[in-house]
Amino acid sequence: MTLAAELGNRVIALIRYLGELSLFALSILPILFRKPLFFGLIIRQIRDIGIYSFPLVAISSFAIGIVLSMHSIHLLKQFGAVHYVAAAVGLSVVKELGPVLTALMVAGRSGSGISAELGSMRVTRQIDALQVLAVNPMKYLVVTRIVACMIAVPLLTAFADLLGITGGLLMGITRGGISPSLYLDITFEFVEMIDLVPGLLKAAFFGMLIGIVSTYGGFTASGGTTGVGTATTRTVVVTSLMIFISDVFLSQTFIVLLGG
Amino acid sequence: MRGGGNGQEPIVQIEGVTKAFGNNEVLRGVNLTLYPGETLVLLGGSGSGKSVLLGILIGLLQAGGGRVMLSDMEVTAFRTEEEWKAIWRSVGFLFQGAALFDSMSVRDNIAFPLEIHTDLSRAAIDDKVSRLLAMVGLGDIQQKMPSELSGGMQKRVALARTIALEPRIVLYDEPTTGLDPITSDTIAELIRELQKRLGITSLVVTHDIRLAFRVADRVSMLYQGKIVITGPLEEIRNHQDPRVREFLYG
Ligand SMILES: Nc1ncnc2c1ncn2[C@@H]1O[C@H](COP(=O)(O)OP(=O)(O)OP(=O)(O)O)[C@@H](O)[C@H]1O
Ligand SMILES: [Mg+2]
Repeated sequence: MTLAAELGNRVIALIRYLGELSLFALSILPILFRKPLFFGLIIRQIRDIGIYSFPLVAISSFAIGIVLSMHSIHLLKQFGAVHYVAAAVGLSVVKELGPVLTALMVAGRSGSGISAELGSMRVTRQIDALQVLAVNPMKYLVVTRIVACMIAVPLLTAFADLLGITGGLLMGITRGGISPSLYLDITFEFVEMIDLVPGLLKAAFFGMLIGIVSTYGGFTASGGTTGVGTATTRTVVVTSLMIFISDVFLSQTFIVLLGG
Repeated sequence: MRGGGNGQEPIVQIEGVTKAFGNNEVLRGVNLTLYPGETLVLLGGSGSGKSVLLGILIGLLQAGGGRVMLSDMEVTAFRTEEEWKAIWRSVGFLFQGAALFDSMSVRDNIAFPLEIHTDLSRAAIDDKVSRLLAMVGLGDIQQKMPSELSGGMQKRVALARTIALEPRIVLYDEPTTGLDPITSDTIAELIRELQKRLGITSLVVTHDIRLAFRVADRVSMLYQGKIVITGPLEEIRNHQDPRVREFLYG
């Protein structure tokens, strides 16, 4: 096959995938609030996502806070404004790195897990079993997980914000020679409550993406265990890309709406 | 009702059901009738469309044409999930691979339909789970996970889950495939027990002749997309049709 033909096929496959993914997402709307709501299941899913993804989120956000702080201190020292590192780190973490890092970690850890779990349920016919036991699998498996992701990702993001700032603080004290109280004062001066809102809203949106893409991957898995593996890999790749791409548009939107 | 039929109203009626996947015409007009309380065994080679037919009966697949009546309801005319709910509550389906929920214990698997569809207390459900387990010949394994069970035990747990809501009709997809002859015989025993004790109507899809001879009141054979023969067990045993003889005696 020629390169052009190969490329063409890929593009068609991508468009088809996105189309089917959208239809899947739309088919959830009519059953979103239909009873039963399976609150217990949602809580358990949130707990699972928390347990599995928290260590990754904690380590990565703390490390990023440290690195960001190192670079900023280096730069700001040249202007004699080293204490503004608190503002630089605080704002970058809360607005950008907290939500994006958290979403990527959850996608890699829990999104892939959801895909694998539902995929194996699909190929072993457990999803059909739910159906014939008169339990709507979309409601029971899909809606509960999407809702759980939409709650868990913002929660984890809040922790990531906290840990990222802590990492920055650590460097500010040791490398920047800033007193802890000054660092925190500057942080609170520049990072206001309202600044948390766009980040957390983005996190909820990323959570929705993770939930939809990963449940779709599992539901459409076919062809035994290899099929489940393929679906899982694709879930992580697709969600990561969607997180980056949607981040651009969401950030732009919030800048227009909230002026920063 | 051994022998089936004889002036009774049918409980399952399949009329001219067709199904194709692309160019692959799997069912080409299947006609089949089940009478209350009987066990009908549907024989057919691998890939003859037995599972597809069961899938249509239980609403997992859509028929291409024809009509299916289940307990006086025309399920082939159903358009919404709400309509199917009544059928799903009164018709049990035993999957070939058991299809137990592998994240749940044995107890939770069997309790699942009861927790969702009844108002029974936890104690009453536990009690019922124990009785169901005893009925399928399993002891105190409530806390075990499906992965810890042998294939035969999984099938029996799945059967307990299938009959938990006391269905009037049970559809079995290859209930004994992959099991050793002794375990297969206990499954056959169970199917007979359910018929006798609960009056359940059964459609058993299989290519296990041994099972067929043990549970069938009547036998049908699916061949090239159609039912080619239906009759009481004794009649089929001595049938002269070469397709039947080949299937039964190799
Ligand atoms: N979802 C599907 N999509 C496409 N083709 C299918 C599908 N399900 C079944 N088929 C085809 O329908 C035919 C009948 O399949 P079916 O599973 O009903 O056979 P079977 O009689 O149950 O066989 P076995 O005894 O091996 O279980 C096969 O050719 C199969 O490839
Ligand atoms: Mg089959």
